[in-house]
Amino acid sequence: MSESPGTAVSLDASKTTTDSLSTPLELPDVDTAPQRSEPLAAQRVLPLRRPGRWIATAVVLVVVAQIVHGLITNSFYQWDRFAYWFFRPTILDGLGITLEVTALSAVLGLLGGIVIALGRLSRSPVLRAVSWTYVWALRSIPLIVVLIFLYNFSALYKTLSVGVPFGPAFFSFDESRLATDMVVAVIGLSLNEAAYAAEVVRGGILSVDQGQHEAAAALGLPKGYQFRKIVLPQALRSITPNYVNQLIGLIKSTSLVFYVSLFDLFGAAQTMGSTYPGDIVPLLLVVTVWYLILTSIVSVVQFYVERYYARGATRSLPPTPLQKLRAGLSDLRTRIRREAAV
Amino acid sequence: MTIETLESLETASAAVEVHDVHKWYGTHRVLNGIDLTVRPGEVTVIIGPSGSGKSTLLRVVNHLEKPEIGYVSVNGELIGLRRQGDRLKELSERAILTQRSRIGFVFQNFNLFPHLTVLDNVAAAPVATGKLGKAAAQELARELLERVGLADKATAYPRQLSGGQQQRVAIARALALRPGIILFDEPTSALDPELVGEVLAVIRDLARSGTTLVIVTHEIGFAREIADRVVFIDGGKIVEQGPPAEVLDKPQHERTRDFLSKVL
Repeated sequence: MSESPGTAVSLDASKTTTDSLSTPLELPDVDTAPQRSEPLAAQRVLPLRRPGRWIATAVVLVVVAQIVHGLITNSFYQWDRFAYWFFRPTILDGLGITLEVTALSAVLGLLGGIVIALGRLSRSPVLRAVSWTYVWALRSIPLIVVLIFLYNFSALYKTLSVGVPFGPAFFSFDESRLATDMVVAVIGLSLNEAAYAAEVVRGGILSVDQGQHEAAAALGLPKGYQFRKIVLPQALRSITPNYVNQLIGLIKSTSLVFYVSLFDLFGAAQTMGSTYPGDIVPLLLVVTVWYLILTSIVSVVQFYVERYYARGATRSLPPTPLQKLRAGLSDLRTRIRREAAV
Repeated sequence: MTIETLESLETASAAVEVHDVHKWYGTHRVLNGIDLTVRPGEVTVIIGPSGSGKSTLLRVVNHLEKPEIGYVSVNGELIGLRRQGDRLKELSERAILTQRSRIGFVFQNFNLFPHLTVLDNVAAAPVATGKLGKAAAQELARELLERVGLADKATAYPRQLSGGQQQRVAIARALALRPGIILFDEPTSALDPELVGEVLAVIRDLARSGTTLVIVTHEIGFAREIADRVVFIDGGKIVEQGPPAEVLDKPQHERTRDFLSKVL
């Protein structure tokens, strides 16, 4: 074989010099290049077949089909009762409360988180220690304990007042009038949320390059402007996915406010369930689907918020689903046209 | 520090005066008593081996670093400090920021704001510091981008530009505050060799326009061409300074000769 190595590896299939050689040196006789005699560069590479992947896909499809079939056909789920409950006013009122508590706690929690994160990054050891302790304490105490503790807060402190510390008060409030169930729920969730948000925000701020702080300082930009316009927008790129994670947790945590006698989505279903014990499963399904919808909406918003804060971070923005669909369709069209031409 | 030295400072016509500056991090001494005077309109090039303290010196001038001993004044005004009787007191953060806005600074790694367009990078500071309205700042930014040859990149984001283009934007950004003096910290060190020329051309243009420049660089050829004075620093001290023809071509000190033989 050493006398004609060039022929052995060439694809032109001319057999003039290989006649005398043994068959294993010839190219496998497949219906590709040789017959068409197209130049190699013009040929399409045949993709590798992956039978394992096809088998795995088939198995998964069968399992998914079984689950869906079970969900639809099993009378245990009572889909007619599900349809009955899904838009009931009680459920929708609960949904409203869930949304209200979530929105207020998310905003207050994030604002509190920013303040605590700044405290954690402060040069004052006292501010650092206090904010660290806050995060440590609130992350350690179960949310349900915080809520029930706040619920009983008015028994501990009858009035709240604003005035000189340890001195005379200017205003005072009767706490039992101020602390409605809604206020207790929002405060409890915000306190808890702020502790987690603080760490998310702190991580985001730390992810901003030191050079950005220096450039902002060297230009003499005012301190507040540096934070709001230079550091925070860049930090938000890494804050967003983490905070959305937090937010989705918060949406579900709101189901705990039922224990401070607020009838949110879960609370409404729970109450209806004790009145109509036969409908407990469809009611739980109603709740599940509503939470799924809320989470989906948040995920869509997350995509666009992340895309907004990615400006400048990547050379080109990631495509929106609509753009992807258009690109996919035009890609498909050109492929079909090419196949048809062949 | 005595009252006499402070009074002599106030009458001085220097653009920059560095007076006996010491700077250390823990036990590591970076600057060991630097005295330097830069006259208005002068181009000063600082050279020296890495770790010699040249970047730190530049950062002390606009108070990105606080000297442990000594002081700096720019156009007769103490930087980061104020005089009260015969004492020196630290200035408020706001006052220091105002002082910095009069001193341009160009970084080795450009440090453009990646989330702002090129135009907004240049126009941000005059607006934020209240020097110009938004429309006027944008007009100025367009003029400056024109001057550095990047008028067509106004709407691009920094990461869409080459290193040389980014550094030219950074220079335009520094110019937007109309500083009396501009400090360059190794402006071409992060660039590919073929992009160095375009940045040096912009700096050359500035030098000709009579702006006071202090440049830390390793480009010895450029130093020879542009500098009114070359300062050689080693071990946190000024070893030698003078016109390029003297320091670069007839160095008096062994250490300067040694350094130049390595970089030329």
